[in-house]
Amino acid sequence: MQVDTTSDAPSKGFLRSALDSMLIPFLAILTAIIFGGIIILSVGGNPILAYYGLIQGSFGSAKALSETAVWATPFIFAGLAVALAFKGGLFNIGAEGQLALGATFTALIGYALPEWLGSDIPAIVHLPLAIILGMTTGAIWAAIVGFLKAYTGGHEVINTIMMNYIALNTISFLLNGPMKDRNPNNVIARTPLIADSARMPEIFEGFRIHWGFILALFVAFFIWWLLNKTTLGFEIRTVGANPDAAKYAGMNVKRIIIITMALSGMLAGMAGSLEVTGLNYRHELGFSIGYGFDAIAIALLGKSHPLGVVLASILFAAMRNGATRMQFLTQLPVDLISMLQALILLFVAADAIIRYLYRIKAKGERLVLTRGWGG
Amino acid sequence: MDWKRFSFIFLIIIILFSVVVLIGQVKSSPIVIITSMLATTIAVATPLTLGALAGVFSERAGIVNIGIEGMMLSSAFFGWLGAIYMFHVFEYSIGISITMGVVFAILAGMAMGLLLAVLSITYKVDQIIGGTVINILAVGLTGFLNRQMFFGRGSVFEGNVPNSPGVLPTIHIPLTEIFSPLCNSADCILVVTSINKVFDQKPVAIAAILLVFVSHYILFNTRWGLRTRAVGEHPKAADTVGINVIKMRYANVIIGGAFAGLAGAYFTIESVPSFEPLLTNGRGFISLAAMIFGNWTPIGAWTAALVFGASQALNINIQIFRDVIPPQLAFLQQSYIVGLIPYILTMVILTGIIGRTTPPAADGIPYEK
Repeated sequence: MQVDTTSDAPSKGFLRSALDSMLIPFLAILTAIIFGGIIILSVGGNPILAYYGLIQGSFGSAKALSETAVWATPFIFAGLAVALAFKGGLFNIGAEGQLALGATFTALIGYALPEWLGSDIPAIVHLPLAIILGMTTGAIWAAIVGFLKAYTGGHEVINTIMMNYIALNTISFLLNGPMKDRNPNNVIARTPLIADSARMPEIFEGFRIHWGFILALFVAFFIWWLLNKTTLGFEIRTVGANPDAAKYAGMNVKRIIIITMALSGMLAGMAGSLEVTGLNYRHELGFSIGYGFDAIAIALLGKSHPLGVVLASILFAAMRNGATRMQFLTQLPVDLISMLQALILLFVAADAIIRYLYRIKAKGERLVLTRGWGG
Repeated sequence: MDWKRFSFIFLIIIILFSVVVLIGQVKSSPIVIITSMLATTIAVATPLTLGALAGVFSERAGIVNIGIEGMMLSSAFFGWLGAIYMFHVFEYSIGISITMGVVFAILAGMAMGLLLAVLSITYKVDQIIGGTVINILAVGLTGFLNRQMFFGRGSVFEGNVPNSPGVLPTIHIPLTEIFSPLCNSADCILVVTSINKVFDQKPVAIAAILLVFVSHYILFNTRWGLRTRAVGEHPKAADTVGINVIKMRYANVIIGGAFAGLAGAYFTIESVPSFEPLLTNGRGFISLAAMIFGNWTPIGAWTAALVFGASQALNINIQIFRDVIPPQLAFLQQSYIVGLIPYILTMVILTGIIGRTTPPAADGIPYEK
């Protein structure tokens, strides 16, 4: 991934640099919307009505806003997971597996712990325990890949993908077997409902928005603080920018790689935990499909900046949420959204196309973050 | 490929085969099991082999290709869609429709290859990001069109998904007919017919094996191959002696796309006559692992693909013997657990404990004059 180093320049002022780094993503979104409009026209749809439906369905009412926030919550966590890894020079394609595994183990603690102990557990213990276990699962799952990267050179791109399939196969096994909801009416591969003590309280009665969204915003701020104001963050960024330099400066590059992956997996696992404790109250097979790719797109769109990730997550959430309304108004399939998102990602990744289309000069030096197979 | 990796491959395949033979021997004879395993191995290794070849061509020219998964997925879709359109809308015969389906699949793969080339060569996008864009785009594109072409307003089929014209036929090689007259016992005929099953493969599977050797010849014995390797190892030097680096890279990435396209055809035109979203299920990525394990050589990649094929074949064949699996090996009944083998194998291989591999020197680095 290439990043403008100029956007970090302290002399330019926060607002100016923020605007500068938002220009390309903004134009990429705009271009994708135009291209998407052409696609809608070409299949005989009405682009204006489609986009109107998208906006109305995502921001048009209190309920729509709440649902957008519900969608945005896992996106923010998973997007931060990928973004943090990017900062450390690592490409975590495995957010999906980490998320799903986190959700599975959170659900396990949520429904099974009271059975194992034979008594109810106070919410103040049960809820944090369930979330922490989900986070830890995600962290360990990703740290394995970090370990392999650090000590054997096994490339994290392939390894995170393999870990995804291993996670999904394992979860399929668990949810169809030992962890399956034993309710006689149930034919779906899903866990039983978690105990009340492992559920997050509602924010507003009647709306599905949960504390996970608020937590997501805090965590985004925390990651920004971690990356920019702490020694560990400095080390992560240095290893990401130039591992050789980091090594000569006396940093333990192997340790930093493992920590970066663990933190990244922890965030993804947290996304899964909060979906279980705040929203679904169980884990169901297939619910997590696609989150990993969405997270990559979000991290790239947000230029790996926590604030950017939050904004990109809200955009992607709005598109997913508004899609149903769009489909209702125009009969266009909701899968159109995946197309739109792929186009956005395409234009964000290939910012040279955007620069060419809008005649924007490239500024500053460019920094290469992922480096082929790394030998 | 050194002896260490070849013997590792050999060992794993023998282990996988032995497991099935040992479990299944109460129900059928070892020769039947082994030949049936071999036949399945070759068949299911087909997309992996072709995917790995796609990677070999593009990476030998210096372009990292993690978009093979997306290329396979989109060509599987477009090949299938093309066959259906040829058959139902333009009313061609089954044979022509299926053949054109394969052509469409290859063209779709090449188009995706072209996109990767434009992104990574012309626009110098980070190649891993470029490949990821291909993968995400393929999911979005096939998901959208799959819905739109059949259920969308104004679609020809108005919500009735038509049957695909079918799958490519098995090519029968008449070994049984030739050799069975020489037999004088029932056992002998059983052996001959069993061995015949290994050779009775479908066109894409046969093409894949031929292409392995053709690719090997092209890469290591022709001028084109020498130039391809030159731009992947040291583009500056290649440029100095008058090789057009950009052109060679474009051509090889698109050739790679064609291979991935044929792999896509395997899924929807050779294996099963249907498409479902995300049907490639990670096999593009396993192809990449095969390519790396094969040290960026066609024959090495093919043998690695066979290991993955064998582990999938185990999963398929063991299901026949479900009822005779001994209780202490009960985990073999769980296809989810047995299904983990290729993925775990990939990770073990990538650790390099079975010999380190070396990518082409300029792999992943955009060329700047």
